[in-house]
Amino acid sequence: MEKRVVFRSAWLPYALVAPQIAITIVFFFWPAAQAVWYSFQLQDAFGLKTQFVGLQNFAHLFRDGNYLASFQVTAVFSVLVAFSGLAISLLLATMADRVLRGALAYKTLLIWPYAVAPAIAGVLWAFLFAPSIGIVTYMLRGFGVDWNWIINDNQALALVVIASVWKQISYNFLFFLAGLQSIPKSLIEAAAIDGAGPTRRFWTVVFPLLSPTTFFLLVVNIVYAFFDTFGVIDATTQGGPAQATQILVYKVYHDGVKAADLGGSSAQSVILMFIVIVLTVAQFRFIERRVQY
Amino acid sequence: MKLNRLAATFAAATLCASHAHAQTEIQWWHSMGGALGEALNGLANQFNESQKEYKVVTTFKGTYPESMTAAIAAFRAGNAPHILQVFEVGTATMMAAKGAIVPVAKVMADAKEPFDPKAYLPTVTGYYSDVKGNMLSFPFNSSTVMFYINHDAFKKAGLEPKAPKTWKEVQAAADKLKAAGQQCVYTTSWPSWMHIENFSAWHNVPIGTKQNGMGGFDTQFSINSPLHVRHISMLAEMAKKGQFTYAGRTNQGDAKFSSGECAMFSGSAGAQAGIKKAAKFDWSINFIPYHDDVKGAPQNSIIGGASLWVMGGKKPADYRGVAKFMAFLSKPEVQMDWHTKTGYVPITQASYDLTRKSGFYDKNPGADMPVRQLTNKAPTANSKGLRFGNFVQGRTVIEEELEAAFAGKKDAKSALDDAVKRGNEILRQFEAANK
Repeated sequence: MEKRVVFRSAWLPYALVAPQIAITIVFFFWPAAQAVWYSFQLQDAFGLKTQFVGLQNFAHLFRDGNYLASFQVTAVFSVLVAFSGLAISLLLATMADRVLRGALAYKTLLIWPYAVAPAIAGVLWAFLFAPSIGIVTYMLRGFGVDWNWIINDNQALALVVIASVWKQISYNFLFFLAGLQSIPKSLIEAAAIDGAGPTRRFWTVVFPLLSPTTFFLLVVNIVYAFFDTFGVIDATTQGGPAQATQILVYKVYHDGVKAADLGGSSAQSVILMFIVIVLTVAQFRFIERRVQY
Repeated sequence: MKLNRLAATFAAATLCASHAHAQTEIQWWHSMGGALGEALNGLANQFNESQKEYKVVTTFKGTYPESMTAAIAAFRAGNAPHILQVFEVGTATMMAAKGAIVPVAKVMADAKEPFDPKAYLPTVTGYYSDVKGNMLSFPFNSSTVMFYINHDAFKKAGLEPKAPKTWKEVQAAADKLKAAGQQCVYTTSWPSWMHIENFSAWHNVPIGTKQNGMGGFDTQFSINSPLHVRHISMLAEMAKKGQFTYAGRTNQGDAKFSSGECAMFSGSAGAQAGIKKAAKFDWSINFIPYHDDVKGAPQNSIIGGASLWVMGGKKPADYRGVAKFMAFLSKPEVQMDWHTKTGYVPITQASYDLTRKSGFYDKNPGADMPVRQLTNKAPTANSKGLRFGNFVQGRTVIEEELEAAFAGKKDAKSALDDAVKRGNEILRQFEAANK
């Protein structure tokens, strides 16, 4: 049975949620409504002349092959970031879960990168991989790899994926570790007595029991890849070379802030908003059903 | 009693404040960091000390695009600065914003301050004037793109330490340098500015129709001409052979040259100061190369850098102060001070002459190369400058397509065709927004 608190007063519950609602309205609904409004307009940089152009901004976007290419980049980037981020942190969490001595030190070290701001993470990795002076570049050159992400698109994508994943591993690790520790030891022992090896125990017992955590992290990581990686990209590739790392949110920023095209940029953010709504609904409706709680 | 004293203090404070306000403040937003910022503050201090009525207050607002964005936001909120430093690619956007800016010619005329557009180098005047010849912004820091070579690397490769004059000579030198084991042979900063914009002017071919956009908003890019295609495919070929290392869209090439990594380099004349400081080798600054079979080449190069725009909606007294300050900035000795301290080009004939007479160029050989390249010939419709709406976006498009060509993803022809197609869409958008 679920426990429910019943309020006697008619207005108290509303008063209690009011601050939260107010914040949501001011910081989400209002700007979102403005974005929708601007997306139907054509404006010069200074806002001196405004025309209502209907859906022209959207039509313009979908005629632009590079905008469509940006979708593809975003999809590849998000899948890479979410998948490798989850896989690596799950591996680390499983390892850390087994450690008996010095566990706290390991865990602390693994959680540390989360305190680093995305832009700093980007700069850090950009330095390591810098085409002229980077230490990793130097080592790669020793192996005969010509490393220059300034012009090589795959290398540029690899760089931003590495930086973004590194930044997010701590967060995933923390949740996976908590998830692992909440799995009753008796289940694993029972499986062991039945003769299941470590690998089999992991895939048939631990992994299914972890699925709520995994699902939650999947949602969080995809949202992270869509939006929070902005700092990483701005500090390293700035969308280049030739748009190889231009994810949707970076293009919104470039067109709106740098190029002062408010209408086009707003239209893009409206589309982005729509994608996120669809993604979230899809995740909760279809994937969650298959998650065992 | 206590209350009285408090009131008296308040009154005194108000009096003091109003006294301070008797001096009109002129807000100047700029993008000059480091040593350049110090030189700029020096100019403002000099002006502030020269008179009592006005006080120029400088504020560093980040990079060029950042300060422009900040000013646009400030204008929308109703508190724009009086003077804003805008980089050359923002010129068309500022010009189109009729209600947001006041033409400099008008500011000067209203305040009856002397102002002669003809005093400036023709390439400078052309860049910042409307079709009727009215100067819309005040030229401030101008540079142009130059060609630098590393003499030590040349000697090591058995070459005479003399800069190649043509692209054919560049390629010949590149072969030798590569064979001698030079890791990075040639690199460039500002790829679009060097290899599209200045390349076109230097060979007297248009970047766009309507006199490179100066004749109206209904302009179109024409950077996919056979000459452009030939030049970009030459660079792509050099990149493939490992003779051209792409460094990025802004000034990342500067460090590759000054560290000795690259033997040849094209970059802003303003890069000299940094190279002087960092380079542990013998180097020289030269004219940019040209294709010698093109008729009329070399023509003259075009400027980059920034100009000062006067924002609208201020009090008449403020504008008098702005005019006074700009009259101060126009003085040949002030210009010479700025030129010699920063490495930017002397933009008036008088300041150029004054600097030459002072013996500065004898002591600093090569320091007058940029201005000589800018005035190599009388500018034509193709080499006066350019004015494309939303060129911040337009330049990004060009650079993206160049990157595709240099990476071998596209051939030069289709990369430039795509640049024209995408660039024209941006121009049409700008035209529609500024009808």
